[in-house]
Amino acid sequence: MLANYGYKDGSGEYFIAIDTDKCNGCGACVKACPADVFEITADPFDPLAEKQVAVIKEDHRKKIKYSCALCKPTGERPPLPCTAACEPQAIAHSW
Amino acid sequence: MTEAVATAQKREYWRWREYDWRDESLDWKRAGGISVGIDVGSVSSQAVVMCDGKLFAYSSLRTGSNSKTSAQRALEVALQETGMPREKVNYLVATGYGRVNIPFAQKAITEIACHARGANFIYGPTVKTVLDMGGQDCKAIRCDGRGKVTNFLMNDKCAAGTGRGMEVMAELLQIPIEDVGPASLSLPEEPPPVSSTCVVFAKSEALGLLRQNWSKEKVLGSFCLAMAHRTVELLSRVGVEKDFAITGGISKNIGIVKRIETKLGVEALKPSIDPQIAGALGAALFAKALYEKELSGNAKTGS
Ligand code: SF4
Ligand code: SF4
Repeated sequence: MLANYGYKDGSGEYFIAIDTDKCNGCGACVKACPADVFEITADPFDPLAEKQVAVIKEDHRKKIKYSCALCKPTGERPPLPCTAACEPQAIAHSW
Repeated sequence: MTEAVATAQKREYWRWREYDWRDESLDWKRAGGISVGIDVGSVSSQAVVMCDGKLFAYSSLRTGSNSKTSAQRALEVALQETGMPREKVNYLVATGYGRVNIPFAQKAITEIACHARGANFIYGPTVKTVLDMGGQDCKAIRCDGRGKVTNFLMNDKCAAGTGRGMEVMAELLQIPIEDVGPASLSLPEEPPPVSSTCVVFAKSEALGLLRQNWSKEKVLGSFCLAMAHRTVELLSRVGVEKDFAITGGISKNIGIVKRIETKLGVEALKPSIDPQIAGALGAALFAKALYEKELSGNAKTGS
């Protein structure tokens, strides 16, 4: 399943998509993220699956553009800590 | 005297009708498992009672200031006249905005999962795209033939033009909420959309337009068009695969539904069951599955 967290506003689309078919719940993203936006829980969108996956914390969903600002300087952008840490490549950013 | 009373009971245009339903032909006493789903939304609350996976009773009421009492009331109203005591319920799942504050629920499940599951029950396995238009937000959901979510998106940012927004408009323009959709369609041609669907801004924008001598219908049309526009934008990110269905309170507003259909070039399925109960219905279906799981788990461990 593709879980899109974030929003669209006048300035653009700010979504982090987590592919729960790829995510193995390893928690590497939780450790890597300086803004503490991830957490590992039972998949909230597939309640019968009993699988642990990464989700974006509720309080970051409405301000994800700002939560991630540190990792996304204008100009040359280094690899994002979260996507770099995620071995199965389950994380994608829309901006 | 009567006149004084009439003014005191000023008409509330936003106020929609609460309702309930039950299948009198179904004998709950013969059911093996009774599952309940309660959806406590920001504007309305629904309770759905199922017997062995068959729809037995439901209610749809306004949400009060407290999630727990709103949930309790919804269940009481659904069960009234059925003779079923609450203790007969085997498993209860809560969903919606207030789901975490319902202590008598065995489990809380997100609306997204519940709406997909509920839409699958209402519209059948051909439904692949569900748009849930609720009281305070809007969700675009893709699902498979079993009602399992495959992709979703929520407008998390603001409570833009949704059920609450409609209530504000109905009150502002003094048009009963049930008439908003038809009134917005009674125009010779489409007006330009209002620029904002944010409840606060749209209100002041609407007042401005009225001052420029726009008719109430034109203002409504313009507001509905803007809402449809935003919703279609949201849908475009997950993609629309047929069949397409709309759930939630706004699915009954023909002024919005028609405009979304026109923009998408796709018709929404016509519901056989009230689409406003989709969330609670999905929750009741999960309750059934979880109850069965619990039973088979107990059987295995021998307890
Ligand atoms: S971009 Fe940075 S702040 Fe944003 S989720 Fe990834 S690691 Fe965290
Ligand atoms: S690092 Fe990747 S696989 Fe591991 S929990 Fe995070 S998203 Fe899932």
